[in-house]
Amino acid sequence: MSFPFRRAAATLAGKAALQLSRRLGTGGGTQLPGVVARRVAPNVLHELAAGLPHGVILVTGTNGKTTTARMIASVLKAAGLQVLHNRAGANLITGLTATAVAGADLFGRLRADVGLFETDEAHVPAAIRETQPRVVLVLNLFRDQLDRYGEVDTIARKWRAALETLPATSTVVLNADDPAVAYLGDGLACKVLYYGLQDIRHGVGAVQHMADSQFCRRCGTAYVYDPVFYGHVGHYRCPNCGLARPTPDVRLERLTLSGIGGALLAITDAEGVFDVRLPVPGLYNALNALAASAVALALAVPPPTIRHALESFTAAFGRIERIPIAGRDVLMALIKNPVGASETVRMIVGTANNPDAHTSAATSADGLPLLNLLVVINDKIADGTDVSWLWDADFEQLGDQVGHVIVSGTRAADMAVRLKYAGVPPERIETVPQLGLVLDRVLALQPREQPLYLLPTYTAMLELRDELVRRGLVKPFWED
Amino acid sequence: MYQLAIAHLYPEQMNIYGDRGNILTLRQRCQWRGIAVRVDGIKPGQVVDWASYDLVFFGGGQDSGQALIADDFVQRHGASLKAAIDDGLVLLAICGGYQLLGHYFLTHTGDKLPGIGALDVHTVGGEKRLIGNILIEWTGQKRGAVRRTLVGFENHSGRTYLGTGVQPLGLVQRGFGNNGEDRTEGAVYRNAHGCYMHGSLLPKNPHFADHLLSLALERRHGAVAGLVPLDDGLEVQAHDVMVERLG
Repeated sequence: MSFPFRRAAATLAGKAALQLSRRLGTGGGTQLPGVVARRVAPNVLHELAAGLPHGVILVTGTNGKTTTARMIASVLKAAGLQVLHNRAGANLITGLTATAVAGADLFGRLRADVGLFETDEAHVPAAIRETQPRVVLVLNLFRDQLDRYGEVDTIARKWRAALETLPATSTVVLNADDPAVAYLGDGLACKVLYYGLQDIRHGVGAVQHMADSQFCRRCGTAYVYDPVFYGHVGHYRCPNCGLARPTPDVRLERLTLSGIGGALLAITDAEGVFDVRLPVPGLYNALNALAASAVALALAVPPPTIRHALESFTAAFGRIERIPIAGRDVLMALIKNPVGASETVRMIVGTANNPDAHTSAATSADGLPLLNLLVVINDKIADGTDVSWLWDADFEQLGDQVGHVIVSGTRAADMAVRLKYAGVPPERIETVPQLGLVLDRVLALQPREQPLYLLPTYTAMLELRDELVRRGLVKPFWED
Repeated sequence: MYQLAIAHLYPEQMNIYGDRGNILTLRQRCQWRGIAVRVDGIKPGQVVDWASYDLVFFGGGQDSGQALIADDFVQRHGASLKAAIDDGLVLLAICGGYQLLGHYFLTHTGDKLPGIGALDVHTVGGEKRLIGNILIEWTGQKRGAVRRTLVGFENHSGRTYLGTGVQPLGLVQRGFGNNGEDRTEGAVYRNAHGCYMHGSLLPKNPHFADHLLSLALERRHGAVAGLVPLDDGLEVQAHDVMVERLG
């Protein structure tokens, strides 16, 4: 083979762009190097990925991509592999390319063993085409930024067409409990591995109002659920044509949530059972850990290694992250779409009500501690310019649980109205649109012994992060 | 005690872009005033006596959701709902619901999907989606409301054209409106209102929400003393922030 001049030139150009971008202080340089490298050699990602001895893993879905990919990365590292991973969350095709370029030497060769790419929903077809992945993990599919992605069904169709191109040597790992995702596996040429939650104690009453895929993919009849875990995720069956949740290969047999402290998981597959004491809270994180375990098992990582890695896991910035700020326990959780926001609120209300959680003086009518919240809603491109989704999210759970809530961001006023109609008394809602002023206000109000919950949209989270970095309270994210 | 019955058409299939916020708003604004309010979700296959409802809401849906209900709506409810609207039934329809109240939707492949023809409008499928924040001057109101603007968010590929049998809901100040050409947005016929405004529409346009509630109360209880004013500080702020940004 002749020397790949073009790939080397593309790598070099991308690296130069990265240096320049960092020197100019324009952030972590998470996209620009990819744009530059692809301009020089459009095929650069394909060529670099082809050189990875253990291939590429893609992680996609509406919610949980970043956290799950980080869990997989921890497990693979614990298994002794060098992992090329877009940790900073640059998940468009240019971001994947930038990650690959940054990980390559000056001859355009990757030094890693395996590629792990969190992938934006809209970029899945391109990522599959260019990286020819060994494993594709699909977590879930909910409505998200309809102004950008279009409808849920459109995305599912595009994913399906892309997955159909995978050879028999690839494995697709799918969430059996999400009907829109499980249906993707029907009759594929590649291997299909399903994971699912068996512990029906985590069911909630009825399908929530905003469910996207509650109608049978085959015949259009409404699914019957027994039970629903959240959104349209649960144990479903079509009463008309019989299409039902596939029996999962990797199963979360027993899940015990223990408040803000984390959760205990008992996971089984054909080989047996293993326990994981997960140090991050909530049903969502437990399901992310299950998905990560399924991918690891598909790659033949031994369960003790999976367990060891997950038990020392720390969350990505803003993804249900605990930050001590000036002596206060602050829990930050990104909200960006209805189902994710509903689950985050459920987790917050649940952890606050857990007897092991923090105690505080103020309590609601039923004796539960009242919550202090900061909700920051922006409507920039990366957040989605349409804030209609706030009305599909189940903020009603907060109703009488809020002690004080500050709303901020470019759509602070919309959020204030949303909370009022969710049953939060207006006198407990304070609007501070300018983010710069918010942290001072929050710290002035917040009693030291109570936890504070921060719920930002994506760009709001970055702004908050910058402000915290400026104050020396957290490190810059691209060093993360 | 005043009371209102609200019908919410196909909430499981037609529930996109936060249109549920409109139902939450109508319900809360009744409850805060001590008006007994009942909201019934209407499912496919259900027989409806329109005379038993004071207000009807019909939101937008994903294409798949709309496909599941379009036949049921047109065949089961077409004639009876059209007659009820002719008779003055108060109604708000948004996006897909608005289009189904018109004569037809002409797809870009040339298929003519029937509506119920209760509003004298028709819709033509377009290539490019019309997406973004929208601000209109509300010209359809009957009373001297303080605020004459409505704010929302539109996201539609259909271009709707008005016939002579309807008035526009308003004139576009910022955004696209019915078709991006003639500056009109929405349509009003008697007490039936259709438009493309998500956002949700009613929470940050409380004057329009109360307009619909007034129409419905008057129709049921005859001349009423007027709605008890509410403290709309937060709602008005949400409205004014967007008027200032877009105006």
